[in-house]
This record gives sequence, C-alpha cells and structure tokens, in this order.
Amino acid sequence: MLIRRSFGFPNRGWPDTLNELERMRRQMDDIFKGFSKEGHMRQGSGVFPSINLTEDKDHFYLRAELPGVTSEDLEMEAIGKNITISGTRRIALEKEGAKYHRRERESGKFSRVISLPNEVNTENITAALKDGILTVCLPKAEKAKPRQITIN
Amino acid sequence: MSANENKEIQVKEKKEVTSPAEQTRPGLVFTPDVDIFETNTALTLLADMPGVLPEDLTIDLRDNVLTVTGAVKPFEGPGETDLLVEYEVGTYYRQFSLSEIIDQNKIDAELKDGVLRLSLPKVEKATPRKIQVQAG
Repeated sequence: MLIRRSFGFPNRGWPDTLNELERMRRQMDDIFKGFSKEGHMRQGSGVFPSINLTEDKDHFYLRAELPGVTSEDLEMEAIGKNITISGTRRIALEKEGAKYHRRERESGKFSRVISLPNEVNTENITAALKDGILTVCLPKAEKAKPRQITIN
Repeated sequence: MSANENKEIQVKEKKEVTSPAEQTRPGLVFTPDVDIFETNTALTLLADMPGVLPEDLTIDLRDNVLTVTGAVKPFEGPGETDLLVEYEVGTYYRQFSLSEIIDQNKIDAELKDGVLRLSLPKVEKATPRKIQVQAG
C-alpha cells in the first residue's frame, strides 16, 4: 500500500500501469508511421546531389536538383548497375564593388555514385538537364523486366 | 571563374518553411537559397529554384516587402513508384524587407537553369510623392 501511494497511483495496480505504457508506445509508433506516410521518409546519403529514384514497368528514373549547373559541366557514367554523376557548379563572380548581404548558394565540385536495384540497358540511357533538374531515364535490362506468366 | 570551385559541395537538406500563417494550398513549401548583393546602383538577388518555370514564378514588391514565390509542378509520370526519396518537391517561397527604395519600373527578372536573377535598381533620388487632399 505504501509503495502504491508513493508512486501516485492510489487506485491502480501494476498491471494497469504496464498497459498504460504499452498504449503510449503504440501511440508513438502511430505518430512515426504518420510521418512516413506524409512523405517524410527522407534518407539522406550525405553526398551532393540529393537523388530521387523511381521506377515503372520498363524504366528507372533518376532525378536530381542541380540549379545553375550547365550540361557542359556535368558528366555521367554508367557501369553495370552503377551510375556516376559528377560535375562542377560554378557561380560567376560579380563585378567589383558588390557588397554581399547574403551568400547561401554554394559552388564547387561534386561526384556521386548510385547503385540501381537492377541491371539496366546502358546503351539506351537518356539524360536531360532542364530548369535545374536532371532527369535520367534508364531502360531496364530485358532480364530485369517483370514477366507476365500465363496460367493455363 | 568562381573563387572556390575546387571545394566539394556539401549536401544540404532543403529547408521547409515554418510560416506563421497557415498555407491555403496543400503541399510542402521550401525556402530557396539566395545570394543578395548590392552595388551603388542596384540590389541583385540570386535564388536557386530548380524546377520552376517562368510562368509559375511570382515576384511581388509592395510596401518595401519583396515576395518571391515559385510553384513546382510534380514531374513524376503516372505509374512511377518511389524507390528512393532524398528530396521533396514543393513551392519555393521567401520574403525580404528592403531598406532601399527600388525603382519598380526597372525591375528585371531572369530565370535560367533553375536560378532566378532579380535585379532591383535603386531610385536615383527618393522623390517625395505628392498627396492631394480633397476638401470634403
């Protein structure tokens, strides 16, 4: 009796307290599940640029935000499942006498390799850089495509 | 040539706007990275807004508050499923209060490779506006 009172649960026994904890744990799980549903499942790689990868039946699509990068300053290489994106982001120096209030944009070199989940047809990869977004269309290799199986 | 071209770029997470006012439209809102510098004659703003098309960009200057908004249309095709998501796409939004008086008629905006360049020429001499009071 004395223990119960000192823990502040005068009318509850231990089993109830454990149930309460279990309920709270489940609520926390639901909250975190909710986050990922909202699209907050960012998995940072720590390497520039950030990449989004999607797929449909026949292709993988790789996208990256590269504002201010021109196609001359961008290089891509495909070896097996690995795609390497490297380049330089240049920010032109402004004329003398410019006084900066803010400088948040970064320039410099970058290089990143990304492994695709499956084989691609490296001969037919197409890439476009438009409005600061790189879109790479990677056709899946024949053996990596899903096959319809007819059931007799 | 830029000063620090040999440096490696560090990856930065896009900053989501935590605005005091609630958004009327659903979707994510991000703060674009900007460079702002001034010379004796003009103020220039450079903003990284990848994926924004000229027709989806709004630049508004009133009461010395400059608002830049750029909507991004989702570019994923139908039938695509996500395998890896490292960045989110949403509207870019940022406000600045300007201390200089800007010549509104000479504002010039250019959007190239996902970078907005906005030049805001200063008024040569702040001309006081005459306000006529009607006798009523």
